[in-house]
Amino acid sequence: MTTDPREQSGFSFGEAIAKPVRFVMDLIDPPLRFLQRTTGIGGMATFFLLPNMLIFGIFVLLPFFINFAYSMTGGTALFLPDRTFVGTDQYARLFDCSNYLDANSCAEDTFWTAVGNTAWFVLLQVTLMIVVSLVTALILNRDLRARSFWRAVFFFPVLLSPVVVGLIWKWILQRQGLLNFGLYSLGFEPHVWLNDRSWSFAAAVGVSIWAHMGFYTLILLAGLQAIPRDLYEAAEMDGTKPTRVFLRITLPLLAPNLLVVIVLVLIRAVQIFDEVYVLTGGGPGTSTLFLTQYIYETGFAAQLRNPGLAAAASILMGAVLVVLTLLQLSLSRSGEKKGGRK
Amino acid sequence: MGHIKLTNVAKSFGSVDVIHDISLEIADGEFVVFVGPSGCGKSTLLRMIAGLDRPSRGELTIDGKVVNNIPAADRGLAMVFQSYALYPHMSVRQNLAFGLENTKMAKTEIAERIAEAARMLEIEPYLERRPGQLSGGQRQRVAIGRAIVRRPVAFLLDEPLSNLDAELRGSTRAELAALHARLSATMIYVTHDQVEAMTLADRIVVLRAGRIEQVGTPLELYNSPANRFVAGFIGSPHMNFLEGTIESSGSDKAVVTLAGGHRVEVPIEGNGTAKGARVTLGVRPQHISIGDTKGIPAQIKLVEALGSETVLHADVSGQKVLLVAPGQHDLMVGEGIHLSLSAAPVHLFNENGLRLGHMV
Amino acid sequence: MSRVAQFLFRRKGGKGWHWTDIVTWIWLIGGLFIMFGPAIWLVGSSFKTPAALAEFPPTILPYVTQKVTVEGIDKPLDLYEVTLEGGKTVRLAELRRIGVVSQMIDPSNPGEIIKVNIAQRKPVREMTFASENYAEPFTHFDFVRYLWNSVFVTVVATLITLIVNSMAAFALSKYEFRGRTVAMLLILATLMVPLSVIMVPLYSIVSALGLFNSLWGVILPTVATPTGVFILRQYMLTIPDELIDAARMDKASEWQIYWRIILPLTAPALAVLAIFSVVWRWNDFLWPLIVLSRKELYTLQVGLSIYSGELNVQWHFILAMTVVTMIPVVLVFIFLQRFITTGIAGTGLK
Ligand SMILES: Nc1ncnc2c1ncn2[C@@H]1O[C@H](COP(=O)(O)OP(=O)(O)O)[C@@H](O)[C@H]1O
Ligand SMILES: [Mg+2]
Repeated sequence: MTTDPREQSGFSFGEAIAKPVRFVMDLIDPPLRFLQRTTGIGGMATFFLLPNMLIFGIFVLLPFFINFAYSMTGGTALFLPDRTFVGTDQYARLFDCSNYLDANSCAEDTFWTAVGNTAWFVLLQVTLMIVVSLVTALILNRDLRARSFWRAVFFFPVLLSPVVVGLIWKWILQRQGLLNFGLYSLGFEPHVWLNDRSWSFAAAVGVSIWAHMGFYTLILLAGLQAIPRDLYEAAEMDGTKPTRVFLRITLPLLAPNLLVVIVLVLIRAVQIFDEVYVLTGGGPGTSTLFLTQYIYETGFAAQLRNPGLAAAASILMGAVLVVLTLLQLSLSRSGEKKGGRK
Repeated sequence: MGHIKLTNVAKSFGSVDVIHDISLEIADGEFVVFVGPSGCGKSTLLRMIAGLDRPSRGELTIDGKVVNNIPAADRGLAMVFQSYALYPHMSVRQNLAFGLENTKMAKTEIAERIAEAARMLEIEPYLERRPGQLSGGQRQRVAIGRAIVRRPVAFLLDEPLSNLDAELRGSTRAELAALHARLSATMIYVTHDQVEAMTLADRIVVLRAGRIEQVGTPLELYNSPANRFVAGFIGSPHMNFLEGTIESSGSDKAVVTLAGGHRVEVPIEGNGTAKGARVTLGVRPQHISIGDTKGIPAQIKLVEALGSETVLHADVSGQKVLLVAPGQHDLMVGEGIHLSLSAAPVHLFNENGLRLGHMV
Repeated sequence: MSRVAQFLFRRKGGKGWHWTDIVTWIWLIGGLFIMFGPAIWLVGSSFKTPAALAEFPPTILPYVTQKVTVEGIDKPLDLYEVTLEGGKTVRLAELRRIGVVSQMIDPSNPGEIIKVNIAQRKPVREMTFASENYAEPFTHFDFVRYLWNSVFVTVVATLITLIVNSMAAFALSKYEFRGRTVAMLLILATLMVPLSVIMVPLYSIVSALGLFNSLWGVILPTVATPTGVFILRQYMLTIPDELIDAARMDKASEWQIYWRIILPLTAPALAVLAIFSVVWRWNDFLWPLIVLSRKELYTLQVGLSIYSGELNVQWHFILAMTVVTMIPVVLVFIFLQRFITTGIAGTGLK
């Protein structure tokens, strides 16, 4: 007899909740029956779709389109009708540089600093993230006891809020923090890490990896576990070396998964903000100022707010993200086709 | 109370016509079976009657009332689905009660109806179980029970037995017949299995590719199939078809020359069969016997001895012929025999597959 | 202990150790410390008094120097163990310190001042859990409000997400209608429009709707999650259409089909979405930071980040409140971790 898990689980609202819920649901049934009678079943489809689409429309699609208009206006006024049309001035301002390799030569030097920082961050963080997650996934995929325990260990920080992550590490890295304590016990000089431009940047990279690696490890591990065991057994029978097994079996079969993960990490890295903002506030100076923070501060926080400029910058970032997302969608689709995975 | 009438009903999904102009009248209390090969549109037709699909054209009436625009819920019908479609998260009792609760029926009345149906179907011990905890046969009963408690004007059953094993299918078939006798409600039953159709139906509707091929009682269909399709579909094993040409045709008989040159005399009524016309001669395997040398020469290809009867696969000048001979026969593969049709009801079909004349 | 080790380290087939085994165990044990260590250190620190927090090198456990009140002196004084010249040790309270010389008095005989070289004295330590780190933010600061705001946002947003997404998923999985593909594509497209891209115009829309400085302004833009619609739709597609036909024959209205047939059967997917939504909304930071500018409306995350960004950070409170903020997520981790990990492995969502 096939037993669908659904048949067992069912809906067991506690009876206490079930009663009032049922009462409310039954209360709205008659008007909805009337609606069904007048509009037919097709009308009901619209009814079910409407709330979600309305919220989508107002809070996602509308701002998406307004954003273009916003980026063509100037001034500090909040509402679009009050703003003055400036054409492509905001974009021109963003790109107003005498030397594109030197942020200081630009009119919006912080923008280019943020772009440069973000580019470096993406490069470093994505590479390290992939290496660390892949190694962890490979290790978790070995013949381990208590595998789910170890998987949980690496997954733990994923659930923490960025603010908590930022504060945890700010506390570790501060002058009297655990890291300095450790160095001091080993006889080294303590250091104020977050006051140092390069260490601060390194901390941003490290902390974001610490916070998210568990997530990618999980996806890669799922991919590894989908590789048929007998391939490894056959390799073992042939006495193949582990590195060779990795290069000739694991890596090619994991490739579709790995590509999707790389693009996912990329997409997230480009938008890096929360935990770094709490950890370093973008500093010292502008050493950990990333694009999202630039947009946020230009649009909301700066003394001289310039929402138009922020919108223009966000559109440029959006363009990068759209390309990456399309890449991800096509990759995951072709991955599904090839691997027949669900 | 359960008189259903279809007038020129048609259904298309997009540009695909699935049902073509079907007209049919089903009397109150009748047990009608829709039979036909898979994909011929039986379920679609049933779903249109149920109100789950809307006809693209034509008119549907129940008890004289046009119901084209009346939703399924308000047609007073009940349906038993092929997959049973029991609500997996509800107990059997809740499954039976669901439809009644939706009509705001009094709780005591609901309980009474459930008790009665449960007794009738012998599912009382499982009333508190979930469908997942029941066997296929038990689920099937619950599905029927869910229809019965509704006291519908007509029951619609879509291949209700096809998920049961052969033995259970036989016994449930008999119970269904008994149930119909007891409830005396209209039943429309869909199946692709002609044995089910023959044993259950008051009237059978044979469908092919969205068209009605023939409507009649089981024996009418068996004895005088209107065309080659019905002739081949009804009866088991299938009817044998032999190609031939009309040698001569009189007022009460025609002489047909078979592909091998052998002549057969066929009693038919009325003419209209020109000499030289190509025809197909149909004869059921049970109606062929092994005769003397005057018979049609054939060669045995396979012998299936079933004890009570023997099924012979024979070759008649390149055409396959099956015959079922009662009793046991000591025959060898490759042996030559002669087939006799002298006492057999023989059917003639013209080039378009239509029946010629009536059998005497 | 050795049995545990034996269990953990036992190798399949009893083969010898390979270098990869050594790497594995270094990685795992290192991972254990790096992943949990910082959070545990934070929790430990949250029980230390401000004085203990300022100490370097820090102690692992929350030790503080014992204090005594001495007659005639207002402030409680630190208690030290002093080795006197004769090799005798006594307990003295420090009055003040000048260079390397500490002026001390005997609490039982406060008249006389004893001068001691600071190398000769050691503080008397005792373990104290500074529970006031937790109590005070709740009584003197707005943390109760922040906590309440966070709970409100999380619960309401999750409920609306579940209802609105499941309704949309139902329409998109069980009805045929014109524009269905367009709707699907629109929802898919929103995956490409993260908050960081649209925050400027979104802010103006939320303001125009009068939702600036309102918790609803935090909630509403987050509830129509495309991921939610997708997992629910995917799950609903596996529910046979015949069940819906059966319910229609049973005189159920479409609304009843939704809430009495579809919702119960989608319960496992709803549970996954609910867990995700709770974690997402509890952790949200940037958007609440933009929408909420009045202190009494802050969520925990916003409140924490604002307080920790102040010039004079009161770390003892921040640490304690960070622990409070972590609690729900840690509970989710402990009890529902398996649920989430299989959910992610299955759908690739976060
Ligand atoms: N919803 C639909 N959309 C498009 N084609 C359909 C639909 N339902 C049925 N069909 C087509 O209609 C034909 C008849 O189907 P059906 O009535 O289910 O056949 P059956 O006689 O096996 O019950 C089949 O070819 C099927 O593919
Ligand atoms: Mg069918």
